[in-house]
Amino acid sequence: MRDHLVNEARKAGERLHHFHGGLRLRHNKKISCTTPVEKVPLATRYFVPLLQQTGREAKALVSTGQKILKGDPIGSFAHLGSGYVHAPTSGIVTAIARHPNSHPSGEDGACIVIKPDGLDQWKPLQPIENWEQAEPGLLRQKIQESGIVGLGGAVFPTAYKVGEASLRGIHTLILNGSECEPYISCDEMLMREQPQSIILGARILQRAIGAERTIIAIEDQMGAVHASLSGAVEQSGATEIDIVQVTTIYPEGGEKQLVQVLTGLEIPSGGRPTDLGLLCQNVATATAVARAVVEDKPLIERIVTVTGNGVRRPRNLMAQLGTPIANLVDQCGGYTGDAARLILGGPMMGYALSSDSNPVIKAANCILVLTESDIQPPQPEMPCIRCGECARVCPSMLLPQQLDWSIRNDLWEEASDLGLADCIECGCCDFVCPSHIPLVDWFRFGKAELQLLAAEREQAEAARKRFEAREARLQRLELERKQRIAEKKRALGSANDKRKKIAAAVERARSGKGGGS
Amino acid sequence: MNRKFKTAGAPHFPPQTTVTRVMLQVLIALIPAIAAHVWFFGPGILFQITLAVGFAVGFEAMMLKARHQPVRLFLGDLSAVLTAVLFALCIPPLAPWWISLIGMLFAIVVAKHLYGGLGNNLFNPAMVGYVVVLISFPQAMTAWLPPVAIAPVPLGIMDTLAAILGGKLPGDLTWDAITGATPLDLIRTSVASGEMISEARSSPVFGDFGGLGWEWIANWYAVGGIWLLWRRVIGWHVPVTMIGSVLLLGLIAWLTDPGSNPSPLQHVFSGALMIGAFFIATDPVSGCASTRGRLIFGAGVGIITLVIRRWGGYPDGVAFAVLLMNMAAPLIDRYTRPRIFGR
Ligand code: SF4
Ligand code: SF4
Repeated sequence: MRDHLVNEARKAGERLHHFHGGLRLRHNKKISCTTPVEKVPLATRYFVPLLQQTGREAKALVSTGQKILKGDPIGSFAHLGSGYVHAPTSGIVTAIARHPNSHPSGEDGACIVIKPDGLDQWKPLQPIENWEQAEPGLLRQKIQESGIVGLGGAVFPTAYKVGEASLRGIHTLILNGSECEPYISCDEMLMREQPQSIILGARILQRAIGAERTIIAIEDQMGAVHASLSGAVEQSGATEIDIVQVTTIYPEGGEKQLVQVLTGLEIPSGGRPTDLGLLCQNVATATAVARAVVEDKPLIERIVTVTGNGVRRPRNLMAQLGTPIANLVDQCGGYTGDAARLILGGPMMGYALSSDSNPVIKAANCILVLTESDIQPPQPEMPCIRCGECARVCPSMLLPQQLDWSIRNDLWEEASDLGLADCIECGCCDFVCPSHIPLVDWFRFGKAELQLLAAEREQAEAARKRFEAREARLQRLELERKQRIAEKKRALGSANDKRKKIAAAVERARSGKGGGS
Repeated sequence: MNRKFKTAGAPHFPPQTTVTRVMLQVLIALIPAIAAHVWFFGPGILFQITLAVGFAVGFEAMMLKARHQPVRLFLGDLSAVLTAVLFALCIPPLAPWWISLIGMLFAIVVAKHLYGGLGNNLFNPAMVGYVVVLISFPQAMTAWLPPVAIAPVPLGIMDTLAAILGGKLPGDLTWDAITGATPLDLIRTSVASGEMISEARSSPVFGDFGGLGWEWIANWYAVGGIWLLWRRVIGWHVPVTMIGSVLLLGLIAWLTDPGSNPSPLQHVFSGALMIGAFFIATDPVSGCASTRGRLIFGAGVGIITLVIRRWGGYPDGVAFAVLLMNMAAPLIDRYTRPRIFGR
């Protein structure tokens, strides 16, 4: 089965395909693309969260008062192939404290607070010389040590994906340069300004996973990008890199949708692109890989689009991780008078932040500030009128309205059958619903509940196993005891016998003595 | 200084549309057909709409109050108004006022609110109301006016009002003199008495392929419906399969026995078929939700309509067909779930 799919997927990019549903949204990207990417100056404090990737919080590797250099590892992850958080600049750790983290949960998280010394001094750098000859394993190790995660917003540890890919056999690396969400333009700017480093990253990744070729997928609306990328490909002399323009329909930048557009194949439910012999990475992730390998610079900065009608001068910034978001907004001229909502990510999938003291994190591709008139007072929720619009636009071909119903009625089995786990939380259904039902909110909630249920079930299962084990042990003990008793009885019995025999013998002897023989 | 913001779940967009807007667009799409109705059958329909809307809104407000629902919000969704208008378009233009009262009582109170209100009704409320009055008051419900053009005595506005509200006709007119059978009635009786369809068709109430006047109203329903399709308020599935199945089966019947079967076009352009295809069977709440389900639903309504028209006890069968399919809709939805991505 897999072999067949993998072979089919080799045709990736030959012809473009469609995916179900989706939306054509107004782009609003131009407003942040008129000026080159600017560097954000040193902040007075950095708040580097220890939770910046899929999984649990990292363990702090530094302590309060410790002096650190730029690029020093300051936190380490124990899950999903592990990984690190690094110091964004040189200075002193002033605290390890709970601080608002820019995490979807909205909860505070442990942050390492750094007071910069102003020198911005790098740790000693040990780049890999001549990566073209380097062992793929060494490249993968560098990726892991450099704390690289998917920069498209998923923040899944790249080392884990790359490691899995190298084991499963990958023929095509797909670099995703299609930011389908409105407003976000950081990848577009990156592709315009640093095409060489993307191509370099692509070639390193290709070597690290043993892929034969790379496809860079960009949107058909990104005019200047195609030229700059092709120029860089030519310059690098690489022959196995193709650039493919895909139609801009939200959410074609989603991994499953992009794979479907390029190959016409669906990633099996619950599966990954590796099932088709593909690996998807964001273009920004590729540049992070290039920097890590040829410069030994870990992931401590990223391009962030700061945009929306609530910002005076929208643009793209190169920001150190841990910089308070307020600094970025300041650099863009501050808020306009009617700024009303602060969003990390795009308008479709981003999450609203409650304060701009939150730090820039690895997932922060965009800081979007919307105004009152962008969001309007929320409309009251009405009952579902079963219009079916939600199903029409759902790229996962689900029935959102029935899913919603089963979640609200606590029918978890039904919800699983209806594909709750296959929902990519793209928000298309929510967007079109005339009854303003917060469908995606319900689906997120439902997914969390399902996980909880699964955990509970696991616990119950473990408890049952424990109980059974205990029962079995007790039974065994009981049995053993009985056996022991039986044996004892036998032993005693035989002892009795012996005694009897002795007694009998004595008797006989006596009577023998007494009687004639 | 640091600034605080209110949070909310994604997506962060203003609402793209509302239930009110959906209903309003459907109402707008009905305007051409209503105008044609007035043109061909006089002002009666306007009074019927007014009456039905009045009763519907009254019942709706009453039921919302009783169920402790926000009255303003739900009255504003216009669903009750739409139900009333669709109902009014189905009853004879001179039907007495209490027909609307009873129809709306069953539509709004029973079919809608006793089933749980907007979004929860199993049956199409307008059709429930219509079928109840059709079965209970056959006489009042079959007293159709002939089109103005061939009417013996066209009624003025005041005459119409007097007829609806007081059951009075001007001068010494009798009901029999001013009302007549609909084209579908004629077809039914002629087929029942063994006559040829062609004989029945010589009656002046017939037009080019439907009934005189009727076919034009049907045209305007279609125009409104196509506008709704274009606006994406409704999908193509139900209208296409419903009209398509009627055309196809009607054609087969007609070709095999043209003597006792009207032409397929006659079917499509008479009775409630057009309004049914674009405005009634497309009601999302009581119809199917999945794409394949909608194809089946539309075809089902078309087929049952034809069967009732041919063999049933009523000249038109759209209302019954819709209600029957409403009943089957949940089951159809169950068995036509789309395949989930990657499964
Ligand atoms: S879009 Fe909204 S109202 Fe329409 S079926 Fe889906 S959930 Fe119901
Ligand atoms: S959020 Fe989920 S259910 Fe809604 S359209 Fe996207 S994938 Fe479908």
